[in-house]
Amino acid sequence: MDLTYIITKFALIGIVFAISLLIAMYSTYFERKFASFFQDRIGPDRAGPFGILQPLADGGKLFFKEEILPSQSNMFLFIMGPSLAMLTACMTSAVIPWGTYIEVMGQQVELMVTDINIGILYIFGVVSMGVYGIMIGGWASNNKYSLLGAIRAASQNISYELAMGLSIIAVVMLTGSLSLKDMAVWQSQNGWIVMYQPLAFFIFLICAFAETNRAPFDLPECETELVGGYHTEYSSMKLGFYLFAEYINMFISSAVMATIFFGSYHVPFISSLNLPQNIAALIGVAALFAKISFFIFLFMWVRWTLPRFRYDQLMRLGWTGLIPMAIINIVITGTVILIKDLM
Amino acid sequence: MAAISYTNRAKQVSNKKLTFMERIYVPAILKGMSITIRHFFMRKVTIKYPEVKKFFSRNYRGVHVLKKDEQGRERCTACGLCALSCPAEAITMVAAERTKGEENLYREEKYAATYEINMLRCIFCGLCEEACPKQAIFLTNEEIAKADVDRGNFIYGKDKLVEKQHHPIGKIRGGGPIDEKYYHGNATVQSTFHKLELSHKL
Repeated sequence: MDLTYIITKFALIGIVFAISLLIAMYSTYFERKFASFFQDRIGPDRAGPFGILQPLADGGKLFFKEEILPSQSNMFLFIMGPSLAMLTACMTSAVIPWGTYIEVMGQQVELMVTDINIGILYIFGVVSMGVYGIMIGGWASNNKYSLLGAIRAASQNISYELAMGLSIIAVVMLTGSLSLKDMAVWQSQNGWIVMYQPLAFFIFLICAFAETNRAPFDLPECETELVGGYHTEYSSMKLGFYLFAEYINMFISSAVMATIFFGSYHVPFISSLNLPQNIAALIGVAALFAKISFFIFLFMWVRWTLPRFRYDQLMRLGWTGLIPMAIINIVITGTVILIKDLM
Repeated sequence: MAAISYTNRAKQVSNKKLTFMERIYVPAILKGMSITIRHFFMRKVTIKYPEVKKFFSRNYRGVHVLKKDEQGRERCTACGLCALSCPAEAITMVAAERTKGEENLYREEKYAATYEINMLRCIFCGLCEEACPKQAIFLTNEEIAKADVDRGNFIYGKDKLVEKQHHPIGKIRGGGPIDEKYYHGNATVQSTFHKLELSHKL
């Protein structure tokens, strides 16, 4: 029994890891493809049919590029930066429920790596570690542009993490649990949280853009001002790690948004169809990935629409816009819950 | 005193504060996103170059051709006027005298033993064909100088420039029907055309 448990968990970890890498890989392809669609172009179409081998070609190119290590940099930290960014990006997916459970050889296999009761806090903890990767890399490069990018990343992530956390508190008050699985179950019984908490979702969405350092909040790697921002001095696969970590983060944020606000694996009216458990679970997984794909598309759509915020606009929006809004949302939610309890 | 406007294009600059709706950005963002999503589904303008080639207008000035006459003899007499007229100094040639038995190869007693155009220098202005008294050099509208990885390959010699067999001169530019949309009636080109058609009749 214990052995099967370990084997299934390892298999799950492997699958989740592989899927997040695969999706990140193909996000780069679709990013380029969609960017060109938004600009009336075709995009990469040379490597394989429709250019679907483009990510492999890009990866191969990054591996064989000359690796430049600045002589005045702190070598240990310089290497640690991208490693940490990649590590934290890959760690987050552990607590996300990908589906209910499937039955394999008479055993129930939960489609979730681990259900810890502080799930959402774990995600916040790991995500806020992610900024260390950027900060350490930017600082260790010994380059003023890198340092400026790193400082921007740090201040931006700290500012927006606050609003993000506050927006989630209202959700937690509603579901009464920090575990993402409990949230998913709550939503399949009571309906998607976005219907109860549209404002929280709105704040969370904006903060997710800021946390993943994507346009319009891509000030840390702002090409027009800072050359390449925190990864100016990086080349070869270390640069690849930074870029890749961004796409994994995008995937994970999409997954978290789909899980918390859009019913996770829940498909409306699926329970009335009386499907066998395995098929229902797989449909649920497919539904979750459809929701995730939509959010990834939204990330790209916004990126290719909006110009970058100015630094003061970014700070004003975070501190005087989103945080007060999130606090008001908490107060309103609390009041409504209290009134409901009294009645 | 109000400034006098001569063009009527002057606009009053407004420095008013943003309204609430403008300050929360969201309506403007949604508007922008609706514009980009429309472009997402629009017809793409890309031309997949090596497989599909863009239609060249009739007066397009592409890669040069050294013409032969109706009997397949090279028209060029290596007078050097093209090289002289070239603003980019892209043309160079070595003249030679025609010997007995070469009458079917070269039209006149003197010919170009080597004739080279540096396509990296050439600005495709067409002054060489203007200058040529023998109607020997023309810029075609069918081909452009192809990309290469070696600078040496951009120096086109006679092997690439001389046409394989005689084509009527009218074929050089705009063999097909004229597309009015692309034909701008450039005076220089028109005079060249006139010259071409005359020489063809002669």
